[in-house]
Amino acid sequence: MSVKTSLRASAHRTYTNIVKAEGLCVSFGKVQALTDIDLAIGRNEIVGLIGDNGAGKSTLIKALTGVVRPSSGRLYIRDELVDLGRYSVRRAHALRFETVYQEKSLGEKQPLWRNFFVGRQIVNRLGFINVREQRRIANEILQSHLGFRSLGIDANSTVSNLSGGERQGIAIGRAMHFDADLLVLDEPTTALAIKEVRKVLDFVRWIKESGRAAIYIEHNLAHVHALADRLVVLDRGRIVADIRPMEMDLEELARFLISLQHPHSGIAA
Amino acid sequence: MSDTRVKSAGPASPRAIPPLLTGGKLEGLPIILVFFALIGLFVAFAPRVFLRWPIYDSFLVTIPPLLILSLGLTLVIAAGEIDLSFPAVIQFSGFLFAFCSLHLGAPWLGLLAALGGGALVGLVNGILVAVVGVPSIIITIGTSFFWSGVATVLCGGLSYALSDLENTPIDNIFAGTFLFVPAEAWWALGIAVLAWFVLNRHRFGEHLLFIGDSQTVAGVLGINVARERIKLFTLMGAIAGFASFLLTIQNLNYFATQGQGTLLSALAGVFIGGSSVFGGSATIVGSVFGALIIGMLDAGIVATGVAGFWVEVIVGLVFIVAVVLHIGIENPARLKQLRRRFFARE
Ligand SMILES: Nc1ncnc2c1ncn2[C@@H]1O[C@H](COP(=O)(O)OP(=O)(O)OP(=O)(O)O)[C@@H](O)[C@H]1O
Ligand SMILES: [Mg+2]
Repeated sequence: MSVKTSLRASAHRTYTNIVKAEGLCVSFGKVQALTDIDLAIGRNEIVGLIGDNGAGKSTLIKALTGVVRPSSGRLYIRDELVDLGRYSVRRAHALRFETVYQEKSLGEKQPLWRNFFVGRQIVNRLGFINVREQRRIANEILQSHLGFRSLGIDANSTVSNLSGGERQGIAIGRAMHFDADLLVLDEPTTALAIKEVRKVLDFVRWIKESGRAAIYIEHNLAHVHALADRLVVLDRGRIVADIRPMEMDLEELARFLISLQHPHSGIAA
Repeated sequence: MSDTRVKSAGPASPRAIPPLLTGGKLEGLPIILVFFALIGLFVAFAPRVFLRWPIYDSFLVTIPPLLILSLGLTLVIAAGEIDLSFPAVIQFSGFLFAFCSLHLGAPWLGLLAALGGGALVGLVNGILVAVVGVPSIIITIGTSFFWSGVATVLCGGLSYALSDLENTPIDNIFAGTFLFVPAEAWWALGIAVLAWFVLNRHRFGEHLLFIGDSQTVAGVLGINVARERIKLFTLMGAIAGFASFLLTIQNLNYFATQGQGTLLSALAGVFIGGSSVFGGSATIVGSVFGALIIGMLDAGIVATGVAGFWVEVIVGLVFIVAVVLHIGIENPARLKQLRRRFFARE
């Protein structure tokens, strides 16, 4: 954040960081899931978020996207301070954040035309949904982004009949349709076959090339290492490292992560 | 390639779920067939009763309050919740209406009070469920006792004769006759149409379906789960209040035990109709015919000459068979699994 970049930013009415957290804490009752998180995501930056199971990765992105409310700290979106009391998923959608979750971001028994638009339906003044329009757009997404129509999947298909890869495709298609500036991916490749994994990785590349930003949670180090501009390591609710993949190769990274685990594996020593 | 408007004209894909009318498939078709089969049976066994109009006329008077309750419950079930407190609302709201009519001479105010009282009961339920986090099946038992008790205390166990209301505008509008059909039936029909649109075409209904599907997913997708659940229970309370008002005005009488016996019938109507017992999918058309079937069985079975106490046995059977069949339709894999388990050795 040099003077030059921030000047340029204000000159073009643009922003340096799509999202920035300062001293963010999240607790669930007595469990302190996140402590004092400082993290900034540049406007065209792919940030990989890695760490142990239960480190707080999902919680962090949930706080950034309005799903859970931080107990303290500040949040800036496009360099502007956000009122955390009013921040919600709806607000995050309006600010062009999209999320592709680890699991369960689709209503199982609902048709795709509902799943694409739920939470921001195309409605008339009385709140009634324009089903025809939603179906049309859903079919368009299925066809143009995903090539799903050929598989016999259309806007009326229900999610419960889709495979894991197809579901991930739907979630990605939805994120692409709403044209977000920040895409949040929480373990998007879990349980996918190689071909489907490749599609997800292509999607991450597309995010970079199209000038957007992403937060990418992934346990497969090779994937994040290859794609991310920066790797942020979380450990027991704290950020413990901020790494540029160019400065550390895959092996070193793996060794570093293992060294993190040793101190608290207790009996292992 | 770009013309996405071209719908697949071929046979509907097996993955597609039909809306109300696509590919010639009708919402609630199985239950509609059962309904007509039942009428067929009644006609066969008691032609002298069932080939004349009066029995149907009496159905169209007695069934609407039950049907309206089933409609409200359909929304509740869609969201994966349950409300057992509506019989208490029938006592409480009925009392408010009767009191305003008899002691204040203001039946229209009484109607408002009945709706408002029901909504209040629902609001309390909703807050306890959505904010405090008590499961609805538990908390509505408690509130049920409470409001039913309040109603009994307030009316002192007395009944209120409302014969003064006979042929007044409010009586004619809600319990008169319009185009040869009892007014209650028109009201029930109107509410059914409205409920269909709310559930299937309104944002609120969609939110209920997603909440019924999974509350976590609903929250992640930006639905304000707590607010929608409070709205839902409040609406259910108001609907029960209206059903109570209808019941009171058609009898021109309020009695303290009013509404007892609606609990199981109204719920049975919903589940016979095919709404998912797991939430996330519900059918208004199914509930309409489910409630019609439940409402008809009683009078119908008696008219065919079978002894009255068989009614509950038959209702129970219909209920169980219907719910099992619906689960089979909803989740064929489960039935297949069962079949494999039982017949594996052959
Ligand atoms: N809703 C919740 N209520 C209580 N505790 C929670 C809740 N969500 C998360 N936690 C706790 O917060 C901590 C961080 O969880 P989180 O899901 O963020 O981990 P994660 O890094 O995403 O792990 P994984 O790699 O397994 O997905 C865990 O200890 C978890 O038990
Ligand atoms: Mg996680």
